[in-house]
Amino acid sequence: MNWTAIWVTCKLASLTSVALLIIGLPIAYWLTFSKWRWKFLIESIVALPLVLPPTVLGFYILVAIGPHSPLGRLYSDVVGQTLPFSFQGLLVASILYSLPFAVQPFATAFAQVDRKLIEASWTLGLSKAKTFFKLIMPLSAAGLITGAVLSFAHTLGEFGVVLMVGGNIEGVTRTISIDIYDDVQALNYGAAANTALFLLMVSYAVLLLIYAMNRKVWTVWPQK
Amino acid sequence: MAAEVAIDITKTFPGRAPISAVLNYPLQQATALVLFGPSGSGKTTVLRCIAGLEWPERGHIRFISRTWLDTRAGIHVAPQLRQIGYMAQDYALFPTYTVAGNIAYGLTALSAAERKKRVDELTDLFQLRGFESASPRELSGGQQQRVALARAVAPRPQLLLLDEPLSALDVPTRMQLRGELRTLLKRLAVPSMIVTHDWAETLTLGDVVAVMGEGQVLQVGPPQDVFCRPVNAEVAQIVGVETVIEGHVVEESNGLATVRVNGTLLKGLGGYEIGSPVFVCIRAEDVVLEQSGTGLTSARNHLNGKVSEIVPHGVMVHVKIDCGFPLMAMVTRGAQEELRIELGSPVVAVIKAGAVHLVPRN
Repeated sequence: MNWTAIWVTCKLASLTSVALLIIGLPIAYWLTFSKWRWKFLIESIVALPLVLPPTVLGFYILVAIGPHSPLGRLYSDVVGQTLPFSFQGLLVASILYSLPFAVQPFATAFAQVDRKLIEASWTLGLSKAKTFFKLIMPLSAAGLITGAVLSFAHTLGEFGVVLMVGGNIEGVTRTISIDIYDDVQALNYGAAANTALFLLMVSYAVLLLIYAMNRKVWTVWPQK
Repeated sequence: MAAEVAIDITKTFPGRAPISAVLNYPLQQATALVLFGPSGSGKTTVLRCIAGLEWPERGHIRFISRTWLDTRAGIHVAPQLRQIGYMAQDYALFPTYTVAGNIAYGLTALSAAERKKRVDELTDLFQLRGFESASPRELSGGQQQRVALARAVAPRPQLLLLDEPLSALDVPTRMQLRGELRTLLKRLAVPSMIVTHDWAETLTLGDVVAVMGEGQVLQVGPPQDVFCRPVNAEVAQIVGVETVIEGHVVEESNGLATVRVNGTLLKGLGGYEIGSPVFVCIRAEDVVLEQSGTGLTSARNHLNGKVSEIVPHGVMVHVKIDCGFPLMAMVTRGAQEELRIELGSPVVAVIKAGAVHLVPRN
């Protein structure tokens, strides 16, 4: 098995989950609690990666972070490197690609917090920010973990976006799914089967974790 | 500036009649105002506006010297800055915190030691010792209510807002806590506003009552005044208890209490201590009039009196009888003619003990 590819993939998936916890929480909070009438415009944009072919998404990201775009130029001016076909570029792409997988469970969890509890917190003198950290976050714990784990699992299996943005550089951007593809192309079915089985087991374990955890949450707090 | 609460607000929800409440009343140290009215009359909305949880589209709310809302001046103080204690109808206890955690929740400005001291104080006052580390879900309704109240008063609010504080409880617990709540409010010495649709709660808890109907404040005054002298038919209908008079329990046996009202003895239901002051409440429709006492009926109260006032009211006639205290009765026009009820004519008012409601009043 290609342990380098597994390492790259796990690193990418973990960093994506962490980044989405940081970026996804404010987006989900805003989507849940904003009363702006055009909110659905942003909701649709966040959900776009669910329906777009990864190649289309990958193409736009590639163009957006490329040396001819202002964003890409800014990055290369500051860091001295270019984003396309680098691990950092791949990370940016993964974050965008998995955004709905994190934001939607977050937002669902926030929306399920009883409005009266939030109001009680306000009348007790706690600011909106303190209310978020002391009340809304603990009450949404299951949703937050679900979002983080789902985006991790989704990043594990991504293929199209990686190929478009990351290319296929051993030890840098070659992920498990691309490794399997390469093995199949080289008629190396044995290696492909091993890696595929590994990915299947990891994905299944991750989903088991989410579903078992959600059950546990229910038994700890029985709904009266 | 005199301590006063001044409210004049309009709040509209789509598809519903606007709520426009005008309410001014003086505030002593622990004045309890009861917002009383049927469901849908806008009581809760007014309370939520005072808490800062709803934004009225027009008006002002002033509490003593502070302005919480003035739409013309663009002032809208956030609920966090109003220093209020607010208790929602279903208590809204935080499920992720213990009882002690709930009570300590609003004490973020205190040091850990001070916070612990305050929580200890309140667990004693609200009889929650031994439940500090319990989850709110493990508590009975009455205990949950006490935790919610303890949490609301913990940061020493200037005003306590209670939305139907007793309605989530079963009837026996509610009866018991009604009196306790009044004692507690007086002991905490904090002014309060209490929303309720229950007239007995209004009489027990309120120093001032504001009757609300269809989004408007119809009458403001001491509870006994408002109940006995409603300003119009609408208030009379909402209140629905025409006779409210002070009395003292003089005898009690097997749940049947004898109450002395201005020298007249009345029997009513309820186990109260001898000597305790009560409001005697009788609905006009529960009073039966007889021409002269033929004697035996199953009713426990036969009061001799004279008709002192007759007010026609549709097909019914309201008759005020002086039988040591003013008693309101309601009869049909036919009955009035048959019994020859006229001003000054003697009548006997018959009331079952079950229709004589006794409301404790400390």
